[in-house]
Amino acid sequence: MSTTLTAPSANRASRIDHLDQLEHRSVHLLREAYASFPHLAMLWSIGKDSTVLLWLARKAFFGHVPMPLVHIDTSYKIPEMIQYRDRLAAEWRLTVIYGQNEEALAAKQTFPDGNVDRLTCCGNLKTEALRRTLSGEGKRYRFDHKLGKYVVDTNTEPYTGVIVGARADEEGSRSKERYFSPRSGENNWNIADQPPEFWNQYATEFAPGTHVRIHPLLDWTELDIWEYIERERIPTVSLYYDQGKGERFRSLGCWPCTKSVTSDARNVQEIIVELKSGRFANIAERSGRAQDKDDGGGLESLRREGYM
Amino acid sequence: MSVVSGSATTARPRRLDEEGLPFDDETTANPFRAIADPAEVEARMGIVIVGHVDHGKSTIIGRLLADTGTLPEGKLEQIKDLCARTSKPFEYAFLLDALKDERAQGITIDAARVFFRTPKRRYLILDAPGHVEFLKNMVTGAARAEAALLVLDAGEGIQENTRRHAYLLAMLGVRQIAVVVNKMDLVGCRQEAFDEFARDLGDFLATIDMTPAAIIPVIGREGDNLAMRSATMSWYTGPTVLEALDAFRSQGEAVDGPFRMPVQAVFKFTNDGDDRRIVAGTIDSGRVRVGDEVVFHPSGKRTRVKSLEAFNRVAPSVAGAGESAGFTLAQQIYVTRGELATLAHEPQPLTATRIRASIFWLGAKPLEVGRNYTLKLGTTRVSVHLEHIERVLDASTLASVTDRTAVVRNEVADCVLKLRHPIAFDRASELAATSRFVLVDNFSISGGGVVREALPAAERRAPSTATSATIALRPGVLWLTGARGAGKTALARWLAGRADRAGARVEVLDDDTLGALFPAGGSRAEQDLRVRRLAWLASRLEAHGAAVIVAIGAPEEDTRRSARAVASDFIEIHLHAEPDVLSARGAIKDLVAFEAPVQPELKLDTGRLSLDEAGAEVIAWLREWSTQS
Repeated sequence: MSTTLTAPSANRASRIDHLDQLEHRSVHLLREAYASFPHLAMLWSIGKDSTVLLWLARKAFFGHVPMPLVHIDTSYKIPEMIQYRDRLAAEWRLTVIYGQNEEALAAKQTFPDGNVDRLTCCGNLKTEALRRTLSGEGKRYRFDHKLGKYVVDTNTEPYTGVIVGARADEEGSRSKERYFSPRSGENNWNIADQPPEFWNQYATEFAPGTHVRIHPLLDWTELDIWEYIERERIPTVSLYYDQGKGERFRSLGCWPCTKSVTSDARNVQEIIVELKSGRFANIAERSGRAQDKDDGGGLESLRREGYM
Repeated sequence: MSVVSGSATTARPRRLDEEGLPFDDETTANPFRAIADPAEVEARMGIVIVGHVDHGKSTIIGRLLADTGTLPEGKLEQIKDLCARTSKPFEYAFLLDALKDERAQGITIDAARVFFRTPKRRYLILDAPGHVEFLKNMVTGAARAEAALLVLDAGEGIQENTRRHAYLLAMLGVRQIAVVVNKMDLVGCRQEAFDEFARDLGDFLATIDMTPAAIIPVIGREGDNLAMRSATMSWYTGPTVLEALDAFRSQGEAVDGPFRMPVQAVFKFTNDGDDRRIVAGTIDSGRVRVGDEVVFHPSGKRTRVKSLEAFNRVAPSVAGAGESAGFTLAQQIYVTRGELATLAHEPQPLTATRIRASIFWLGAKPLEVGRNYTLKLGTTRVSVHLEHIERVLDASTLASVTDRTAVVRNEVADCVLKLRHPIAFDRASELAATSRFVLVDNFSISGGGVVREALPAAERRAPSTATSATIALRPGVLWLTGARGAGKTALARWLAGRADRAGARVEVLDDDTLGALFPAGGSRAEQDLRVRRLAWLASRLEAHGAAVIVAIGAPEEDTRRSARAVASDFIEIHLHAEPDVLSARGAIKDLVAFEAPVQPELKLDTGRLSLDEAGAEVIAWLREWSTQS
């Protein structure tokens, strides 16, 4: 910068801190997504990450959440997760939509039914359900605030922009993501040929029949998430905390495939202390998620097919 | 379930001290693990590691992760396990190559994100690949970095990509770099060999105005001079790689510059009785306070900031660079996404419809003179026409070539771009953030660049032939017709470029105009209707004193006859070329067969005439017409 455009440095504002830095970038990405995609949705798994994402949307849009939150209900989610979802939907006036693979559930093509392996179950109840809910082929159930219950959504327009709470530090394949990542009509992810991303410019142009996944949390770590939850006092499900049995969940999924970790952290502050202690430094965050192991530890086959 | 963190320490890579002996207890001996409170550590610094393929970037990163104890245990187990099963010797580079197809190809394919920390700060490593085809990933990584490590192989020296990457770092604005001379064991760890490298490299970097903070001799595989000082290269007294990284300064945000905020959106969410109208955006530089007078560019509208807005915190009274801000205005002026907000009492940005820019091209399809692209700068987007390539820089030799009409992938060029409508920006030499843009070609970001300067709207280059004199066009409709590929648009622009600006206003209506005004596609009848609407528009412009040059297909004689009927002075010029000429130009065959005009004012064979010759014919005809009537 030339000297002519520089004001006296005595005006230097106090440095914005690490969490602020992350928050500002995520908010920027959310606003870019909102400006770029007329049919935009945000995936909400009820977990800590996508709930932080939801909170960031309220930051970006000054208390409002101007896009639907899509939840894929495998029917094997822990019941408390569903209660929490519907409570926040009502309190924060959210447009919540859920979808599920009703055919696979009816035909009992699931792992808990003992008919398919874990990966196929994920493929049926998550990946396929997600694909069909996003495209509008599958039924969408929308929370009706007047009736206080879910009704079939009349809008079957495909979502062309989908905001997802994936973080780069979770596991290998997610570290390869872009903030804006184009996916083909079949949800496929072409890892070797991704668009360049620089200077706050993203792949907001997209060819017909494709959609773009937006990842505003890519730079956040597990510790960042918990420190932000504490700073902002974001409500979370109690499953993340020890209820007196000396165990808690570090990552939430379907109950048949999710294991707890040994921990006596009873609240957000204690989780932060636990993470900083390095106790988990050598254990993958998703180590309690059985499907990852069945996929060669990488999750990449699942994600290539469209898993979130 | 059992979660024991200490049980697998024997499987972790063992760090060696200066004498080549392993530490007894890594967890306590490793200083990089012992960070009491991350809040005391500086905010994260993004670094990028670039260099030629196979010069050892991934090995260096893998080793840095292992030596700073930042490696999740599962990852190392997983890779070692895989190596054992496939009978491959374990390599540190495998740590990063977490994806299956990467292992198959043996090259890093993306700017992977990896975190590690030292007692001083956290680092986000953006591992940029060295393979020449994957430059776009390197750019993705480097554009986010505050500092860079440039890696080269002592056995191979300065390679094409070493130069190219260094040049791009300079262009992307990464000014803090350290050079890592890897694989020193290949040159016997000799000081003379290293000194020679350091000299060559320093000379090269000086030509692109870059000064490395350090040049470090390293053996990546052994960890020499990465986290620990090398015993075998005791002659080296400079910093280790970690020391060099920690010595870089976090650049922070440009709060000292003039206020610049590209408007992302103007929000008004009316539900729940919220009547705030909030101008939102991320501040690129400077700061804004309640009560400041803001100016929006290019519209020039101005008013005062009434309030700064925020969710779940006390409304701030000031917002600065790096912040995603939002403010309400004292007066309800109409502003939209794409404008650049500035402060009235500070230096203002430039506004122009023609710019000179330095561009790097990443697209598989070349950047070509005469073609249109979408330029995105800040939050604005505009259709641009590549008017001229001034010079192309050969990244490997840094020689410049001046007679090119296209820029191919991985090249850097200085170009003149013509913009469809004015946009606001700063010159790269004055304010980097608001000088940067990307070019979009066929749905994908295919290049990036910085604005060097604003140019006057008129074409600067003198015409090359005897027909250089300008012509004073009279109001009228000059309708260029002909089959697809006959050269209508090129001739229209040639004529517009030679029109005397002092005379009538000149307006070019072409397929781009048609596409911008009316939705594309549709039945033959709908297409016909669109042409008739354009003809009506042309006649209105003519009525208000404009010379209108129309360059669209309009294959049917009937349509053109109706266009003639609504205009006062209608001059039809039929551009004709033989079918083999058209197909040689790669023109797509018209869906509707072109009906030749029955009585055109002028007919030109563009298969035999050059553009200048055809243009000269038109000008001659127009001169004669002017004297007659």
